[in-house]
Amino acid sequence: MSFAQAIDRTSDEAEASIARVVRDAAASREPLLIEGHGTKAGMLRPVQAARTLSTAGLSSISLYAPKELIISARAGTPLPEIEAALAASGQHLIAEPPDLSELLGDSGRPQTLGGVVATNLSGPRRVAWGAMRDHVMGVRAVTGRAEVIRSGGRVLKNVTGLDLCKLLTGSHGTLGVITEITLKVLPASEATGTLVLPALDAVAGVAALAAALGSPYGVSAAAWLPNDAVPRVAGLEHFRRSATLVRIEEFTPSVAYRLDRLRDELAVTGATILDDRSSRGVWKAIRDVRPLAPRTTDAVWRVSVRPSGGPAVLDALRPKGVSGFLDWGGGLVWLAGPADTQTHAAIEMAAQATGGTWTLMRGPDTLRGSVRVVPDEPSALARITREVKAALDPAGVLNPGRLYAGL
Amino acid sequence: MIEMLDPKPDVMRRRDSIVAGLRALLPESGLISEPLRLKPYETDGLSAYRQVPLAVALPETTEQVADVLRFCHKNGVRVVPRGAGTSLSGGALPMADAVVIGLMRMNQILNIDYADRCATVQAGVTNIGITNAVTERGFFYAPDPSSQLACMIGGNVNMNSGGAHCLKYGVTANNLLGLRIVTIDGDIISIGGAHLDAAGYDWLGLLTGSEGMLAVVTEVTVRILRAPEGARAMLAAFRSNEVAGACVDAIIGSGIIPVALEFMDRPAIHACEAYAHAGYPLDAEAMLIIEVEGSAAEQDRLLDKLSEICNQHNPISLRVSQTPEESLAIWKGRKGAFGAIGRISPDYLCMDGTIPTSRLPEVLRRIQEMSVSFGLQVANIFHAGDGNLHPLIMFDANDPASFHAAETFGADILKLCVEVGGCLTGEHGVGVEKRDLMPVQFHGHELEQQRRIKLAFDPDWLLNPSKVFPLPAAPPAILPQAA
Repeated sequence: MSFAQAIDRTSDEAEASIARVVRDAAASREPLLIEGHGTKAGMLRPVQAARTLSTAGLSSISLYAPKELIISARAGTPLPEIEAALAASGQHLIAEPPDLSELLGDSGRPQTLGGVVATNLSGPRRVAWGAMRDHVMGVRAVTGRAEVIRSGGRVLKNVTGLDLCKLLTGSHGTLGVITEITLKVLPASEATGTLVLPALDAVAGVAALAAALGSPYGVSAAAWLPNDAVPRVAGLEHFRRSATLVRIEEFTPSVAYRLDRLRDELAVTGATILDDRSSRGVWKAIRDVRPLAPRTTDAVWRVSVRPSGGPAVLDALRPKGVSGFLDWGGGLVWLAGPADTQTHAAIEMAAQATGGTWTLMRGPDTLRGSVRVVPDEPSALARITREVKAALDPAGVLNPGRLYAGL
Repeated sequence: MIEMLDPKPDVMRRRDSIVAGLRALLPESGLISEPLRLKPYETDGLSAYRQVPLAVALPETTEQVADVLRFCHKNGVRVVPRGAGTSLSGGALPMADAVVIGLMRMNQILNIDYADRCATVQAGVTNIGITNAVTERGFFYAPDPSSQLACMIGGNVNMNSGGAHCLKYGVTANNLLGLRIVTIDGDIISIGGAHLDAAGYDWLGLLTGSEGMLAVVTEVTVRILRAPEGARAMLAAFRSNEVAGACVDAIIGSGIIPVALEFMDRPAIHACEAYAHAGYPLDAEAMLIIEVEGSAAEQDRLLDKLSEICNQHNPISLRVSQTPEESLAIWKGRKGAFGAIGRISPDYLCMDGTIPTSRLPEVLRRIQEMSVSFGLQVANIFHAGDGNLHPLIMFDANDPASFHAAETFGADILKLCVEVGGCLTGEHGVGVEKRDLMPVQFHGHELEQQRRIKLAFDPDWLLNPSKVFPLPAAPPAILPQAA
């Protein structure tokens, strides 16, 4: 089967109907809300659209070649279905994408592959193995011109033409409706283990994480949980004060060896090693942001900073009634606090102080519609953003306003 | 000979005033315009193509790059960015009416941050220069293209370079955190930083591999990684490409991802052995070099497992290195491959397609058939884990017919890569070399969409024109079209 045929297999009625809807919307300049199962509709700015275009009808794994470390699936395929197929062959999604249903509201339907890719959401393993965007090897998408375009392919190394896979990944449905995605996958490790260092403050905890991530032992996740967050994670209940966590995923003897070495080298009193089962539970909870537990009325932010800057973000925001925890060695700060513009402004300031960025993950529509849900770009870049948006969606009908007002 | 856009007559006419204008923007000796001194810039790693540029600018700061670009934009002058000029696809090939912006004087390491595991360097720092700067603390920069002693990080970013170790560590795009770029308008923009995830569109991802067509990269922030405790290689030789290919499948299927998994076919083994005397088995049809990492005990365990897998494929020979020196000896032949081929044939084309690994035996068989029908020797070296194939086609540059046959042979191999589900280029880039093959992989409207994105950055089409996209006037009919 040729490349074109392999890809064109999915060029079926469901995709053609998406193209028709986009064509009609573009012709009448009527905005579309683009979604999979709508599990991430509460992120970023609300989209004002008369109609919703869902990829839910595009659901199936189109190609899975475990020995080539490649899986292709249509955008509306439920992520758990993909994870189960991979697990059956001893493989997994490298970026470990989170399930945010607890945080963003449970729509009763699982998130889709397209949703995870369009939002570029990655879990704890991102610190060592890259984000979702790093493993998108190919995409198929309907642009705002109602054309089906492909970028990348179904091989692991490909620099042919501009990398629209990366441009579309994390574009939140504003540049195209992704209809099919090909991902690089890897064998799941035989075993998982975690070193827990108790009672370090955020600065000392992040320094320990930096030492662990800068060690030769291949740490695959590194997080710091404050006192109040620890009891929310099953398996960590007996850690009274903060918990600094370092994960190794490897063959069984290597997990034991590397955790021992890390325990010796980090030399923190009371360090404990969690077994495989307990480790998996703990990291799934961290992946899914369970340590956060925002109040119903709270807004939630995700701040990305240089890892050593994480503690300062928490410190700056604590007086404002904002609580949070650190993943990615300190570089990912999950925050919950009052859903008002003053608090949002404080988050912006704290993120900018370290040269980092923020994303408003959840909040009332009034807040989402009135603040910078992501940082503004410098004017020269903002111009390019407008031009690129116009190049792919000239009528401006795909998720308008999702990232930036007026775009 | 490949077609290039015609020189703009008005630019050629204004050559002297353009040179004078640029000279005023640059430090002493920062502008080259004398024909003899332009000569070294006439080609890159694809030396079959040559064109002396109008001038070469050698800025020392981002601000000077911005001044030059603003001037070129205002004067409608085309620009070709250049690092070390090692591109194998002609990515840095000049044009007669273009100013080459050479970034080799921007060779400073600006910041190394071990706590946050990143380094910020200027675009003209060599790939190996980054690793050398952090090696005393046991760190390294992961992507390792064969040209790493010479090639510069700015070029690596523009071509999204790979290397032998990207099965585990990824390519350039996976190891970047930030860029400082200059647009054709002369605007200086910072993208990303020391943090992992940027908000907004993934400009870092789009710019990486954009072949100098969107902006000029002047500074790069890369991730640096702590090196593992150690690494060791083994060598396994097999009776046929099919058996070696099955062994690669079995290794990946076992859950082991070696840090490198290199495949060489019979002609490559013979060429490398004759050159490097690495002790390669000359009776083998195919050979794998497999490298693992970890503590000594971990290496032993992995190499034992890998030996077991190889032994199930009836190897002709199996050599597991016991020391770093033995590992070096195993790598010696592979690392010297280009020199080795050069000894057999002074002229060769290094191709760079990617295929699904399951199609390897079939693709190698068909390449051998083509070799016979074109009457040109070919040796295959292959990053087996990720399907990136490097056929080295040998020809005689003094014989135009031989060169033409080599080019046609190369194009046929790349078409074959696309046909079996792969792509035209895995890590060398499209450049001029594969430009006219783009319609084999992409539909016309897909190329048009990519062109529109270039136009968003470069509305006057001044940045590295004549590359990547077939020229507007090129005859479309002679190639098989993407289905």
